[in-house]
Amino acid sequence: MKNEKEIRAFKVFAIKKGTVIDHIPAGQALKIIQVLKLFNNEKIVTTGQNFPSKTLGKKDIIKVEDRELTPEEANRVAILAPTATINIIRNFELAKKFHVTIPDMVEKLIICPNPKCITNNELMSTIFYTKNNNTEVKLQCRYCEKTFSQNDIQYRV
Amino acid sequence: MATNLTGRDIISIKELSKNEILSVLKNAKQLKKEPQPQLLKNKVMASCFFEPSTRTRLSFESAMQHLGGSVVGFADPGVTSTKKGETLFDSIKIIGQYADVIAMRHPIEGAARRASEATDKPILNGGDGANQHPTQTLLDLFTIQECQKKLEGLDVALVGDLKYGRTTHSLAQALVHFGARLYFVAPDSLQMPNYICEELKERKIKFSFHQKIEEVVNKVDILYMTRIQGERFADQMEYEKIKNIFILKGKKLLKARPNLRVLHPLPRVGEIDTDVDKTKHAYYFEQAENGLYARQALLAMVLGKMN
Repeated sequence: MKNEKEIRAFKVFAIKKGTVIDHIPAGQALKIIQVLKLFNNEKIVTTGQNFPSKTLGKKDIIKVEDRELTPEEANRVAILAPTATINIIRNFELAKKFHVTIPDMVEKLIICPNPKCITNNELMSTIFYTKNNNTEVKLQCRYCEKTFSQNDIQYRV
Repeated sequence: MATNLTGRDIISIKELSKNEILSVLKNAKQLKKEPQPQLLKNKVMASCFFEPSTRTRLSFESAMQHLGGSVVGFADPGVTSTKKGETLFDSIKIIGQYADVIAMRHPIEGAARRASEATDKPILNGGDGANQHPTQTLLDLFTIQECQKKLEGLDVALVGDLKYGRTTHSLAQALVHFGARLYFVAPDSLQMPNYICEELKERKIKFSFHQKIEEVVNKVDILYMTRIQGERFADQMEYEKIKNIFILKGKKLLKARPNLRVLHPLPRVGEIDTDVDKTKHAYYFEQAENGLYARQALLAMVLGKMN
């Protein structure tokens, strides 16, 4: 019988090169895969959900092989997962590790939940301003000026 | 206190600083006292009302004409290319080529901001759905200053539908600059939204919630009434039960402060009894007239003719 360490290693196997997005709040991994369009490229993407986490309780993990996320891409993740860390792996080694930073402004990514907002009534992009108060990210629509919490919003994929 | 609003869009009251607000009020006062019938000669205002309006549209148009400018526009989108499916962006881009300034109202929230991206000409927002109506707030402040001879440190009660009423939201946000003590009088289901209360707390503005006009009427300088719309209530019986509580009658004002003035953005539909009209406290008709001067001031300022 395999020991626990081996089983765990099997659950989240190491990748040779690419990106590991760790410390994603549980339940957000699939949304991130959609937002970053990770299903569009032909690289292998592995996702694990509901791993135990000391800081988050439960967390999700995404591993993308043969692709290094740019800081801009990583920051798109920040709205969904402000706690996420990005690990760049080269030759099985951790080459770079950084935290995502929440941008001041998010363009195009979010659909305004307000059906009476002009962005839902005319063909146009959305712009949201972010307000971060440590525990959660609030998003204010540039147009209808309503403020939403991260759980209220949907993403344009 | 030099300010410069030349070329600026007036879309949301929160974008105006205290000094800018005070400049608009100073100019409104001056224009009320000394009309300037040539100030905007050869300037054209487009009056684009995609939604019905009486006071806002007529006072914008009259304001422009009082300053010697001319007006083109429409009061019904049914007569425009909107009916053919033209986007707001395209409509405003074209209208901006015909006019020097655009006053608009639109039923969709954020429409004024979108319009401002389509043209370099200043956009004056005359209401975008339930979102903003900054010129109403400016005329409210002008009226408050006029009838109380000051703006700082007043006791102000906002009454009626505080949840959906854009005028009360904007007025509360603007009064933050002037250290008002606010009283919110509304049924629980229509109380002031949390996000506004949070903003007030951050700015250390004192406020409290009340269920009846009688609880506050003797403590305030301004009683700002608004209409409670029956259609907001899922339960019509609930509406029938509470609607009379929010009707102001003359006898409720017997022990009011002598300087108390009653304001209302109008139209009123029964929430101020006509017997209040005859009291010294009624000031809502003067308030409506002041729209003319506040809008003249804004037009002159965004067109660079007043500072």
